[in-house]
Amino acid sequence: MVENRPMVTLISHIVLILGVLTIAFPIWITFVAATHDAVRMVQIPLPLWPGGMFFENLEQALLKGIEGATGLGVGFMLLNSLVMALMIACGKIAISLLSAFAIVYFRFPFRMGFFWMIFITLMLPVEVRIIPTFEVVANLGMLNTYWGLSIPLIASATATFMFRQTFLTIPDELLEAARIDGAGPMQFFKDILLPMSRTNIAALFVILFIYGWNQYLWPLLVTTDRDMYTIVMGIKQLLEAAEQAPEWNIIMMTTLLAMLPPVAVVVFMQKLFVKGLTETEK
Amino acid sequence: MAQVRLDQIQKTYPNGFKAIHGVDVEIAEGEFIVLVGPSGCGKSTLLRMIAGLETVTEGTMSIGDRVVNDLEPADRDIAMVFQNYALYPHMNVFDNMAYGLKIRGLAKAEIETRVKKAAEILELTDEQLTRKPRQLSGGQRQRVAMGRAIVREPSVFLFDEPLSNLDAKLRVQMRVEIKRLQERLGITSVYVTHDQVEAMTLGHRLIVLNAGVVEQLGTPIELYERPASVFVAGFIGSPSMNFAAAKTADDGRTVQLGGAEFALPDGIFTDTADRDVILGIRPEDLTLAAGNDSATTMTASLVEHLGADTLVHGYFGTDRSDMTIRLGGFHHIADGDALALQVVPEKIHLFDPETEKRLG
Repeated sequence: MVENRPMVTLISHIVLILGVLTIAFPIWITFVAATHDAVRMVQIPLPLWPGGMFFENLEQALLKGIEGATGLGVGFMLLNSLVMALMIACGKIAISLLSAFAIVYFRFPFRMGFFWMIFITLMLPVEVRIIPTFEVVANLGMLNTYWGLSIPLIASATATFMFRQTFLTIPDELLEAARIDGAGPMQFFKDILLPMSRTNIAALFVILFIYGWNQYLWPLLVTTDRDMYTIVMGIKQLLEAAEQAPEWNIIMMTTLLAMLPPVAVVVFMQKLFVKGLTETEK
Repeated sequence: MAQVRLDQIQKTYPNGFKAIHGVDVEIAEGEFIVLVGPSGCGKSTLLRMIAGLETVTEGTMSIGDRVVNDLEPADRDIAMVFQNYALYPHMNVFDNMAYGLKIRGLAKAEIETRVKKAAEILELTDEQLTRKPRQLSGGQRQRVAMGRAIVREPSVFLFDEPLSNLDAKLRVQMRVEIKRLQERLGITSVYVTHDQVEAMTLGHRLIVLNAGVVEQLGTPIELYERPASVFVAGFIGSPSMNFAAAKTADDGRTVQLGGAEFALPDGIFTDTADRDVILGIRPEDLTLAAGNDSATTMTASLVEHLGADTLVHGYFGTDRSDMTIRLGGFHHIADGDALALQVVPEKIHLFDPETEKRLG
C-alpha cells in the first residue's frame, strides 16, 4: 500500500517511536545504573543520566563480584555461557541438518514415522522432561560439564523441520545432476546442500544462540560447581547477596554484559538472518 | 563413443503403473536418436532409465559392451542435460563444469584444459566462466549445462527436453547449435522432446512413443512418408494429417469419401477391396487441380492466410470430417467456394479402423 497522507505518516511514526522507547528505556536505565556507585542507586529518585563509575563497576563485576553473593567475578560465567550457547546452537544445527537430510533424501522404512516422532518432541521441551533428563545426565556423569549443559538441549524438531522445508525446495534435478557427476550422498550434502542452506543456517544460528544463551532452569539444575555457573544464573545469585542491600550498580553492569553477546550476534548476522527467513529463490 | 542397446526394457512403478512396455532399440555409435511423443508417454522415463536415475524393472540395458542395469549413473559413462539445466546455483560456471571432474579426481591442469576447451566450443567467454548461473540468460545457462556434459567426454549424451524453457527464437538457434555440436563431436546422443519439429530436424532416427509402447522407429522421412499408425501419422507433420472414415470400392482401386473418389496406387495396398478404412492425406499433398472436372471437390469452410501458405479448411461432399489443405502462397478463396483438388495416389495413406495400424 503506497499512500501519501501526512496524518497517517505522523501517527505511524508516533506509534513506532513509542514502541522503540518502550524497548529502549529499560535498557537505558540499566546502562545508567551501571555507571553510578551503590550509594546513589538506593536513593530516590533514580538517576536518569550516566555517572562516572562505569569502569570501576565493570572491573568489579567482571573480576570481583559481590561480597556475600557468589563473591566471584562474572568473567568466567560469560565464558561458560558462550561455550554452552555455541555448543547448543552448533549441535542443534548439525543434528537437524543431518536428520533433515536423511528424511528428505533417503527412502527407508517408516521414514514418515520417524519424521513425526521427531516432530512430536516439539511437545516435550526440557521443562516437561526435566526429572528423567536429569537422571540420564547424572547417570552418564555429565553433571557440572559442558556436555551436561548442552546435550539435553540439542535435539531440535523445529530446526529439523525448517531444514526439511528448505531441502524440499531444492529441485530434484540438482541431486540427479550430482549423481551423474559422481557425487556420493555425503559429497552431495557437503558440496550442494550445505552451501545452498547457508542463509538458513545463519538465521537458525542467531535464534538458537540466543535460546542457548538465555537458558536458566537447566543450568541451575545440572551445575553445582561454581566454576560451571552461567551468566544468567549469576545475575539471579547477585540478587541473593545475604543480609545486604542489593548492589544495583553491579547487578545492572552484569545484566549489561549478559546482553551484549546476543546483541552482537544479531547485529553482525542481521543481513544473513533476514535473508535466511525470507529468501525463497533457490 | 559407444552403442546403446535396449533389450525388452520394461518399467513398472511400485504402485503397479506400467510406464514402459518392452522397448527394443539398438542405437549405433555416433547416432542421434530422438525419443518423441506426447507428455506422459514414457519418453522421459526411458531416458532416465538409460541415465540410471530410474531402475530397470525388466530387460537388459547395455552401453558399449557393458550391461549397465545395476550401475550407478556416474559409472555409466554418460552425461545428461536437464530441462531446467540443474546448474548448481552457488557455484560459478567454471566450477559447475568442473565439479564432476573434481570428483573423479582429475588433475587440476587437466580440468582447466577441458573446461577451457568446452567453453571455447560453446563460445563462453572467460568472464562468463566466473559468473554464477543466475547472472546468465536462459540461452547461456543452456550452454553451460551442455558444457558440463561435454567436459566429461562421455560415450553417450542424454538430453531431456533441453530447449523447452527457451523462447521460440532462441530455441531454433540452440537447436541448430546442438545439431552442429553433435555432428562435430560425433557422440552417441539420445534426445527427448515433445516437439515434432525438433525431433524431425535433429534426429538421425526417431522413436515415437505412445503410452509406453514404441509406435514406430525410423528416419524422419520414413516416419513422414510411411507412418505405421494413425498416432504416428497425426503426430509427425504440421498441420497434422487429415483423417476421415472412408470406404474402398469393390475393385479396391479407389477409396470413397462423401461422394468424392481418390485413386489408390497400384500394387501397394492389397486386400483392401470393399472395406472400411481410415483415410489419411497430408494437407500439403492435396493440391488444386487444373480443370474443374475433378472427382474430388472440396467445399471450403474457413481460410487462414499465413503469408507463405494458405490453409483451407473444408469438407468433401456429404462427409462432414474437417479436412485441411495447405496451398503455397496467397490464394483468393472465400468460404463456401468449391475447390477441385487432386492427390498423387502414392500419397494416400490407409489405416485399419480397428487396430489403427497402416494398411499396405
